[in-house]
Amino acid sequence: MTGKIVVDELFAWYDDREVLKGISLEIKANRVTAIIGPSGCGKSTFIRCLNRMHEIVPGAGTAGKVYLDGRDVYALNPIEVRRRVGMIFQTPNVFPAMSIFQNVAVGLALNGWRRRQELHSTVEKTLSQVGLLEEVAGRLDQPATGLSSGQLQRLCIARTLAVEPEVLLMDEPCSALDPIASFRIEELIRELKQKYTIVIVTHNMQQAARISDYTAFLAQGELIEYGSTPAVFINPKDRRTESYITGRSA
Amino acid sequence: MEAGRIEVRQMANSRIEPKPGHFGRQLKSSVMAVLCASLTMLVLGLLLLVLGYILWRGLPGLSLDFFTKPPAPVGMRGGGLAHAIAGSFILMGLACLLGIPWGVGIGIFLAEYARKGFFGEAVRFLVDVLSGVPSITIGIFVYTVIVVRMKNFSALAGGVALGIIMVPLVARNTEGILRLVPQGLREAGLSLGLPFWKVTLFLVLPSAARGIVIGITLAGAGVAGEAAPLFFTSLNNNFWSVNLLEPVSSLPMEIFRYATAPFAAWHELAWTGALVLIGIVILVMLLARLFLPGFEIRR
Amino acid sequence: MDPCACCLRAFIFGGVFGGILITTNRATYPGDTFFRRLTILFALALFLLVLVMAFQLYREAQPSLQRFGWPFVWGREWDPVHEKFGALPYIYGTLVSTLLALALAGPISLGAAVYLAEFAPRRLKATLAFLVDLLAGIPGIVYGLWGSFVLAPFLRNCLEPWLGKYLGFLPLFQGPPFGIGLLAAGIILAIMCIPVMTAVTREVLEVVPAGQREALLAFGATPWEVVRLAVLPYAREGIIGAFFLGLGKALGETLAVTMVIGNRPEISLSLFSPAHSMTSVIVNEFAQAVKAIHLAALIHIGLLLFGITLLVNIIARLLIYRLGRKVSRWKQVE
Repeated sequence: MTGKIVVDELFAWYDDREVLKGISLEIKANRVTAIIGPSGCGKSTFIRCLNRMHEIVPGAGTAGKVYLDGRDVYALNPIEVRRRVGMIFQTPNVFPAMSIFQNVAVGLALNGWRRRQELHSTVEKTLSQVGLLEEVAGRLDQPATGLSSGQLQRLCIARTLAVEPEVLLMDEPCSALDPIASFRIEELIRELKQKYTIVIVTHNMQQAARISDYTAFLAQGELIEYGSTPAVFINPKDRRTESYITGRSA
Repeated sequence: MEAGRIEVRQMANSRIEPKPGHFGRQLKSSVMAVLCASLTMLVLGLLLLVLGYILWRGLPGLSLDFFTKPPAPVGMRGGGLAHAIAGSFILMGLACLLGIPWGVGIGIFLAEYARKGFFGEAVRFLVDVLSGVPSITIGIFVYTVIVVRMKNFSALAGGVALGIIMVPLVARNTEGILRLVPQGLREAGLSLGLPFWKVTLFLVLPSAARGIVIGITLAGAGVAGEAAPLFFTSLNNNFWSVNLLEPVSSLPMEIFRYATAPFAAWHELAWTGALVLIGIVILVMLLARLFLPGFEIRR
Repeated sequence: MDPCACCLRAFIFGGVFGGILITTNRATYPGDTFFRRLTILFALALFLLVLVMAFQLYREAQPSLQRFGWPFVWGREWDPVHEKFGALPYIYGTLVSTLLALALAGPISLGAAVYLAEFAPRRLKATLAFLVDLLAGIPGIVYGLWGSFVLAPFLRNCLEPWLGKYLGFLPLFQGPPFGIGLLAAGIILAIMCIPVMTAVTREVLEVVPAGQREALLAFGATPWEVVRLAVLPYAREGIIGAFFLGLGKALGETLAVTMVIGNRPEISLSLFSPAHSMTSVIVNEFAQAVKAIHLAALIHIGLLLFGITLLVNIIARLLIYRLGRKVSRWKQVE
């Protein structure tokens, strides 16, 4: 089977600084793929290229192909790509001027959903999907800023799920959270992979080992190693991978 | 390094701490600080002097009649400036109609599309320079373009002149506030598959609404007191008028007319008019700051 | 103009602009292209506005420009009946009252800004800054009213006799005290410039990087020495820029000046004597200007004013931008 996302010789740069130097890999559908690597190796840039978020930074550019279900995303409309490939960020960036309900509904409402009934049922469905419905019951119309950071991150996930993407990109979703909140997110990721293809960037090696099916190790903009998570962690082929996951060098 | 900084901070905090041999320098420093403080007090004293005097002279004339009645004929007591207050609001409305979309549009352009680059810098420079162009020249300009063409002084022309004055003020403020909106908010919106214009209009602008509206009210309050361009555009009208194609009265123009007239009773009206004008300006400034709902973006 | 032609022109313009706005390449979302071009259009319209403004003033001043040319600037005669126009008395009044205003407002606003930026307790800062803004929010007409009914009598009865008595040997303070005149205009303008200059100077001082202050404090400098040796020299361009902004505001102020300057086209060395200014002559004579050449002469003055203030503002902004670049360079080093 071919992957949900196929990346072929992907280059990316900011102004004159090259960040990704020809990356090719296949991301399997309904699996969790972890991207690991030392700081500044281009992990975040890599997943930002997958839904064309990279190009919104002035001076940023890409070359190479990214296929989503066999179609080159750089030939598609970026809006459509981003609707199909959702993204969760490092810091839970909820919309501060909006209530919890509005935060989840905003993607739908701005895409032209008008019927309140449908909006309500979708919001409740996605909130329960991330396990937030009971926690925020009765204060859906209160500002979202009152939630804890773990709840905020799950709210962001709910917001992304509401527009029904096929792929979820997560850019270090747990790095701003405490261990218990991180654990909740990890559980959630495990549940979500039934329905979605997930790509997660993480600094936390244990987390990658716990939740991912496949692991890609990036260093200095190059793909060093890619394979099933047990293989990469237990039996790394490359010396650089080995020293990174055993913590000997960055 | 860190320890050094903390030490420096402490030194900065301990204002007057006599060190051996440094007494003269410390004294000089304190004297200069006191001098600067007293200059600030002088400025605030001026504010108090002007506001206090206007309050003293204007308050006695303040009554319901002032807001509801047209002026009384010369020699008769009573009467109000209802027509001028209404006229001022008409002019403000027209000015906002022109100035807000244009100014906010330029602000969006500068903050979202042209943070860097030559064209953006040029527009920024132009906005700054335009904000320093005297209101009187803008008045003359609108006179030559609208009043001469339409062969008539009109509220419309006045509104256009005031609107042009508002544009650079609104634009620069909008840009500044939009730049403070965290980039993550835009990315969150885009990653939901929303087009950039929807992200800007429905996510970024509302998050910055408070700051933008405060800026707009300040700009509006600023032009509410402008009289110079009105001499060439909306002129004045002794009667109640809501026709946009006719001359219309306004508070600044009426204050000028009454103040320069040789009748004591009219002077009283001028003072009360000035009080009402300042009252409107300050009220708007304060209300915007205190009661605007929403999220404040901090620097 | 023919309304039909007007409609046609609007239609063509609308079509062209609409076309530009709607055409798009396939890589981006059509709505985004439209929105982006719309905002660019807003920005371009501003360029157009300034160009048209300059052109219109130039065109309407044509009769006067052709007839008088540059000697208009130093001509001393202003006689609408015999159609002789020279703007020197007005330029003189504007320049003297503005310079006087700057001389008064400069030190005061610099001191106030230093206090607000460097010495004021943190809790007071916001309130004080708001009060200064409030002072800026008072309309010019209100200052004019206050100036003509409060300041002018005070000058006539107290300050001017006193100045004449003790400094009367200077030609600046000779002559009978009128109250209204150059001195009153200068003081009113100073009061109006102070908030602008204070606010901008304060902003400029606050962008001076902390490293600049800390370096001196580490040597054991007193707070004032930090201000004098580190902050003020560093922010020099910005402070001068702020002064130029004040200058621009004072040059263009109309009604407050009109109400206190006396409106008499005289050139006198004494600050006590009534004078006239570029803005006030336009406002005063505009309504009576029935002759085309009279109107053109007034617009000619407006054109001069436009040119001068444009120049002053360009200088001010360039200075402030230069400070901004200096700060960003410093931040890169840090």
